[in-house]
Amino acid sequence: MMALWQSFVELVYELIPWLDGGVATVLIILIKGVALILPLIIMMAYMTYAERKVIGYMQLRIGPNRVGPIGLLQPFADVFKMLFKEIIFPSKANIYLFLLAPILAFVPAVAIWAVIPLGEGFYITNLDISLLYVLAIGSVGVYGIIIAGWASNSKYPLLGALRSTALLVSYEIVIGFVAVTVVMVASSVNLNEIVAGQKGGAWNWYFIPLFPMMIVFWISALTETNRAPFDVVEGESEIVGGTHVEYSGMCFALFFMAEYINMIMMAALAVLMFFGGWHSPFEGIPYLDDLFAFVPDIMWLLAKMSFFLFLYLWIRATFPRFRYDQIMRLCWKVFLPLTILWIFVVAILTQLGVGPWF
Amino acid sequence: MEFEQILFYVFSFWLIASSLAMVFSRNTAFSALFLILSFFSAASLWLLLEAEFLAITLILVYVGAVMVLFLFVIKMLDIESSTLRAKFTGYLPVGIGVAIVVIAEMSLVLGSSQFGLGKVANPIRHSSDYSNITELAMELYTTYVYQFELAAVLLLIAIIAAITLIHRIDPRTKKQSIAEQVNTKASDRVRLVSISSPNKEDKK
Repeated sequence: MMALWQSFVELVYELIPWLDGGVATVLIILIKGVALILPLIIMMAYMTYAERKVIGYMQLRIGPNRVGPIGLLQPFADVFKMLFKEIIFPSKANIYLFLLAPILAFVPAVAIWAVIPLGEGFYITNLDISLLYVLAIGSVGVYGIIIAGWASNSKYPLLGALRSTALLVSYEIVIGFVAVTVVMVASSVNLNEIVAGQKGGAWNWYFIPLFPMMIVFWISALTETNRAPFDVVEGESEIVGGTHVEYSGMCFALFFMAEYINMIMMAALAVLMFFGGWHSPFEGIPYLDDLFAFVPDIMWLLAKMSFFLFLYLWIRATFPRFRYDQIMRLCWKVFLPLTILWIFVVAILTQLGVGPWF
Repeated sequence: MEFEQILFYVFSFWLIASSLAMVFSRNTAFSALFLILSFFSAASLWLLLEAEFLAITLILVYVGAVMVLFLFVIKMLDIESSTLRAKFTGYLPVGIGVAIVVIAEMSLVLGSSQFGLGKVANPIRHSSDYSNITELAMELYTTYVYQFELAAVLLLIAIIAAITLIHRIDPRTKKQSIAEQVNTKASDRVRLVSISSPNKEDKK
């Protein structure tokens, strides 16, 4: 994959010979960005299709099947519908902030992908502190919700924004502590090196020593991305549609896209931190390793990610919505003590040098 | 002009412009948002100085947590700006005095006599495999470990103090004990009483 990219960069230099250092750098960063964002948006679009289809079958319905064969063009139909809808501004809403909010929700969701590695040496930037970067930029996404709630000048968005920001800030602490345990095992904050530490078969993956942390991380990821059963931002039965009651057309679509891109990001993060990233589960097993040698490493990552993406839908179709105070209790009284305890467990395990992980 | 230099001037411009906008904007929510923008610009400047950890921490702590709570408070407050502005001229001399003192102090401490190129050498550019965070961690956990631990303990005490200040148990509040609810049995809630029913034949 990297060789392909190198030849592409050389081609760019050849085609546009007058490029000098600065301009070429910016141009290549831009091309890299587009090359990542376009597949991401398509993935997000088909995630919505998959969600409707999977939940449809789980509830003994068919799901979308009108647009294109078995409804495969449904996401595009949705996009065009959203694009041509009118954007309605509530009276006395703060227009600047009202328009800024969806942008602030969407941009961090995409910006995180700058550091997420998708294969051996296949990334946009190999930042030395990529895990911290993910946490930092992820925490900025809260502003989309806060500002949307405040700028809409409406009571349901404000209530939704208040309770969901409190929730997101609380669960960020838990995710931070989970990241600390992963960093302790991997002894690096670089996502590339965290994956490199899990090389060689499924028994080397970090979900084994960090099993409770993996579960805590996944539940926190559901909360951070506002997914059922923790979707208090929306909570249709309680506060209509939460922060995006007043949003229509493309403004709403940006919130929607941010949510799905964050979902894909959290799935990728779970795989990178706990499930060996792009490493095959059969590495080191004599016969199976050769059998699956032809599979490119990015396919393993995508396969594991799709399991987690399916898990989102499965959980949404299975569990009823939690009550707000129950989610808060889960965060502060169950997850936080557990993660802090597990930091000490990991410290002891590291000192003892247990297993293949430390 | 080097590409990095252009970046430096862009970020510095945004830092100064957003700081000024924060001070001068009339809407408190806008002020808070401009402060966030200035944090971002400062973080970008630190990134140019290869201080990635500091830059990311600034965003993680201040933008991601502190300013969220600020905005939270601003949303809850009902600030009448006209009453605040009425006292403005009264406080103006004091404000100007404080501003002059602060500017004088900062120009003394941060001026070229202290931080000029003669005093502090140009920062050395490191190669891309240089790990800033590893160096920082080595310094923090070896040379400055006691100071680091002390700061951590101080923060912990502050957290506990803040919680104890607000956590007063009101006897009127009704609390829900989920463990109790889950472990409850039917016999705890319902008492089955056998009542000798009057004989049906008697009514006839």
